[in-house]
Amino acid sequence: MLEAKSFELFPEAASSIAGHVDAFYAFMVLVSAFFSLLIAFLVVYFAYKYRHRPGENIVYAPYDDHSLSAMLLEVVWTAIPLGLSMIMFVWGISIYFTEARPPVDSMEIFVTGKQWMWKIQHMEGAREINELHIPVNRNVKLTMTSEDVIHDFFIPAFRTKADVLPGRYTTEWFRATKVGSYHIFCAEYCGTKHSGMIGTVTVMTESAYNTWLGAGGGEGSMAEQGQALFNQLGCGNCHASIVNNQNGRCPNLVGLFGSTVELKDGKQVKADASYIRESVLYPQSKIVAGFDDYMPTFKGLITEDGMLKLIEYIRSLGAKNGVINQATPLPVQTADPAKAAISKPGVALPLPGSGGVAR
Amino acid sequence: MASHTAVATKAAAHSHPGYGELRHHFESHEQQKDSATIGMWVFLLTELMFFGGLFLAYFIYRQWYPEAFASASNKTDLWLGAFNTTVLICSSLTMALAVHAASKGKRILLVGFLVATLLLGGAFLGVKAYEYHDKWVHHEIPGDHFECEGCHDEVHTPLFFALYFGMTGLHASHMIIGFGVLLVLIWQAWSGKFTEKWYTPIEMFGLYWHFVDIVWIFLFPLLYLIDRTGRSLL
Amino acid sequence: MTTATPPVKEPKNYLNAEHGLRSWLLTQDHKRIAILYLIAVSAFFVVGGLMAVLIRLELATPAGDLMDSNTYNKVFTMHGVIMIFFFLIPSIPAILGNFLLPLMIGAKDLAFPRINLISWYVYMLGGTFGVIVLLSGGVDTGWTFYTPFSSSYSNGYVVLTALAAFINGFSSILTGLNFIVTVHRMRAPGLTWFRLPLFVWAHYSTSVIMILGTPVIAVTLFLLMLERGLHIGFFDPAYGGDPVLFQHLFWFYSHPAVYIMILPSMGVISEVISTFSSKKPFGYTFIAFSSVAIAVFGFLVWGHHLYVSSQSAYAGMVFSILSYIVAIPSAIKVFNWAATMYKGSVRLEAPMLYAIGFIGLFTVGGLTGLFLAAMGLDVHLTDTYFVIAHFHYVMVGGAIMGYQAGIHFWWPKIVGRMYPRAWATVAAILTFVGFNLTFFPQFILGYLGMPRRYHVYPPEFQVFNVLSSAGASVLGLGYLIPAIYLIWSIKNGEPAGANPWGATGLEWQTSSPPPTENFEVTPVVTTEAYDYTALTLTTQEVTHVG
Repeated sequence: MLEAKSFELFPEAASSIAGHVDAFYAFMVLVSAFFSLLIAFLVVYFAYKYRHRPGENIVYAPYDDHSLSAMLLEVVWTAIPLGLSMIMFVWGISIYFTEARPPVDSMEIFVTGKQWMWKIQHMEGAREINELHIPVNRNVKLTMTSEDVIHDFFIPAFRTKADVLPGRYTTEWFRATKVGSYHIFCAEYCGTKHSGMIGTVTVMTESAYNTWLGAGGGEGSMAEQGQALFNQLGCGNCHASIVNNQNGRCPNLVGLFGSTVELKDGKQVKADASYIRESVLYPQSKIVAGFDDYMPTFKGLITEDGMLKLIEYIRSLGAKNGVINQATPLPVQTADPAKAAISKPGVALPLPGSGGVAR
Repeated sequence: MASHTAVATKAAAHSHPGYGELRHHFESHEQQKDSATIGMWVFLLTELMFFGGLFLAYFIYRQWYPEAFASASNKTDLWLGAFNTTVLICSSLTMALAVHAASKGKRILLVGFLVATLLLGGAFLGVKAYEYHDKWVHHEIPGDHFECEGCHDEVHTPLFFALYFGMTGLHASHMIIGFGVLLVLIWQAWSGKFTEKWYTPIEMFGLYWHFVDIVWIFLFPLLYLIDRTGRSLL
Repeated sequence: MTTATPPVKEPKNYLNAEHGLRSWLLTQDHKRIAILYLIAVSAFFVVGGLMAVLIRLELATPAGDLMDSNTYNKVFTMHGVIMIFFFLIPSIPAILGNFLLPLMIGAKDLAFPRINLISWYVYMLGGTFGVIVLLSGGVDTGWTFYTPFSSSYSNGYVVLTALAAFINGFSSILTGLNFIVTVHRMRAPGLTWFRLPLFVWAHYSTSVIMILGTPVIAVTLFLLMLERGLHIGFFDPAYGGDPVLFQHLFWFYSHPAVYIMILPSMGVISEVISTFSSKKPFGYTFIAFSSVAIAVFGFLVWGHHLYVSSQSAYAGMVFSILSYIVAIPSAIKVFNWAATMYKGSVRLEAPMLYAIGFIGLFTVGGLTGLFLAAMGLDVHLTDTYFVIAHFHYVMVGGAIMGYQAGIHFWWPKIVGRMYPRAWATVAAILTFVGFNLTFFPQFILGYLGMPRRYHVYPPEFQVFNVLSSAGASVLGLGYLIPAIYLIWSIKNGEPAGANPWGATGLEWQTSSPPPTENFEVTPVVTTEAYDYTALTLTTQEVTHVG
């Protein structure tokens, strides 16, 4: 927990990966301590044992460092560190690959970094600043981007971090294992108030989390907010395919997300979040086969959080067969608002530039 | 002290006529010449890495945004580029001939070829200046006032022009430095400083000039030739 | 010698050969240029050190009570820029390397004395820009200049700072070029490659990095200046560029640059350990080739700075394994140094104390590097104080300890006088203790999760920060004392004699200070390096200065 802590030697371990990282760290500390002490002992012992005593003649010890035993020594102290370091290498990448690959069943949360705050959006619609509420024992995947410079979303108690870059999406995942609140730090230097770009992640029980989510409503889920934005920006005027499913000028967006798109120049791309983002901001860079570069850019017209909503909306357009999820309200538990207010101080604030349209 | 070193007879380090000055710290003219040559090659290695960073950036961005690069590279003037390539290759020839003339001790010929190299280099820079001016007039200089008529991808097109100016600008700055050094060499050659036994500066400058030429040989196809279809050639 | 009687006329040496400011500013003598570098580099060390004092003072409390965030950011940026570009990179090569390389190989000078002088002026020009930045309010990008912060958002003098580092780079290119040609072409008769002192091997390897790596940072900073100054974009996504490309280009130089800083130091340690053990370095060829291996592999590991920067996981794997491989040559060196002392005749003079300190601290620095090379662990540790502690163990505990060992070792050669050795022992111990107090707590802070470049921090981190700040004051004392007695010794020290330590290198066979031409006669080398049996030293000779 964050409060009542004035001194600690070892950080709290509150995620599924933390134990693995700590075990590896302990191994590294032991190996390092062994070799540091060994070297220190040898050097100090030799300095004492073979010390030159005043008044004595210096003893020159001619030796052949090309002798078999000398060569053997060289081989040994090359091979042992090499072997140990290969263990470290393999152990290191095995943890990394767990850290880097979010499980498929992860719940998604969206993070936008901005000098000097973290803006967080939940699929269900709740939004927070410098606070992140998550349920315990659930895999959580963060999809992150920045509105300005490079930031880094770091939760020491979860032993994980990832850079948050402008112009692209990066991900980070974790499964919190302990209810409590922990630090969020920005770990990539981002300017004057870099050290103020901190926040708190609050790990709650599943039921408390649902209660909290329900209390934040009012604006609908991210996909619903995205749909509102879609209409507000007039995207539907051309991408009306969701209604009549056939339009000459603009590609059909139903079932687009996750599919493979054939481009004008014969290349193929996967329609992921980055592709949709690029197509909205720089429509001319990838033109779908059979269409002209008709679409204007929406650069400057949409914020990064708005973009995330739009992407959620397009993702919610679902499967290829044209069946549209008519912005189904997500299963949000309605609960006692008073109770929720206790468990989530200061969340779900309406954001500046609310709605995702840049001013 | 010095029990394990024998004493070398002090090398006959007097200046031989015609070999130029032997600097005090060298034992022989041969050592002095070798040092200059190795030094020059090491310097060119450094230069290679200097341009290398830009080439790397070029390759990465071209790989990512082939269409932006294709449409933007069509904006360069192929014929001026080709003309400049010819000019530069010719200047490399005259430079090589200058080194040859120097090795034969032919002063007038040396000066002549150096002047020819200077003129060709000047012509190259003149054409380059004209091209830059053209880009300026058409707002094709990346920055706040960038415009590119008929370019596809307005976000990534400036990258091409940024690299165009970065690479040709760095190249041109090498040409300008070479131009200045040439002026000095011409004056020195005219006043008879070089002999057939000693013309190290001419030779070293020759290496430099060829290097700058070779860089252009790579820049020309990357910036002018690439993505030209038969149609856009005409 | 008293001041009343006129001093006995000293034999001609490089110091008294000529007089006046002009004779110094226009000198082409590598030894005098080394002195010019010593003065300039020391000045920058003082400035960078003062910045460190401010940082440690500010971090003694969790709140930002000494200065505001903007100032703090500028202070740590200037600390990094000055210490790396203007102190660590030129320190050993441009001072000790410049002074000793020709002496060690029996040459009269470096191959290109004029270029050597020019390199100093280029350094001073870069330094001038650095000072202008400092005086006009500084820059707040961090020494890493990451885009798009540096190119579009920073509120400091980014272009000027980049220009300072850019210009300074040429000074290091010229030095490296000079060293390479000198080692190739200026060796004394009989001095084959495998008779070269290990100091020379280390400097040769360093020079290779200087000439191949430095131009890449130069062009990167050039592009940064274009983007910042003229909005000709390369890296900012707003201009269509990729900020991570900047990081790749930056680290392609800046990781090898770490080896520019540490390799010369390793060269010093090889000399010092051998001399004060009166024993040929164990595994001479292994130490020599490990320097070359570090220089080569050092170019292939830059991506380990980008594990969390959205670099591909597979690229990260390759960089990770290469990072482990580059650590092996360092391990080989450490073991060989320890083995050199075995059955030697060990004298714990000040340079040796510094060298032993180096071995201990560098071992910790190197081993903690293995933590950061491990991808899974680096995700937690990168950009925290663990990284700060790690590279200060390598840079301060390694490079600067080695620099001090070298200065204390060759000082009698450089000025011809011995410093008070008791004080030197005190300083060496203070430095070692102060250093560990300062930086060891930062490992713990890092694992706890304190991010680097934080002006204010949560209160639970305070205990270790206070420890660190307290240690820094001891460390500061450890740097201050040598500054005093070394300067004092220039006039007042005992004359040192040609070979006060009983060392074998050619530089010890000429007088102290050496004459302008280095040797009365060009030496001819007939034996292997470090042939102590050929030295007919008596105990008196070794200890007569003490």
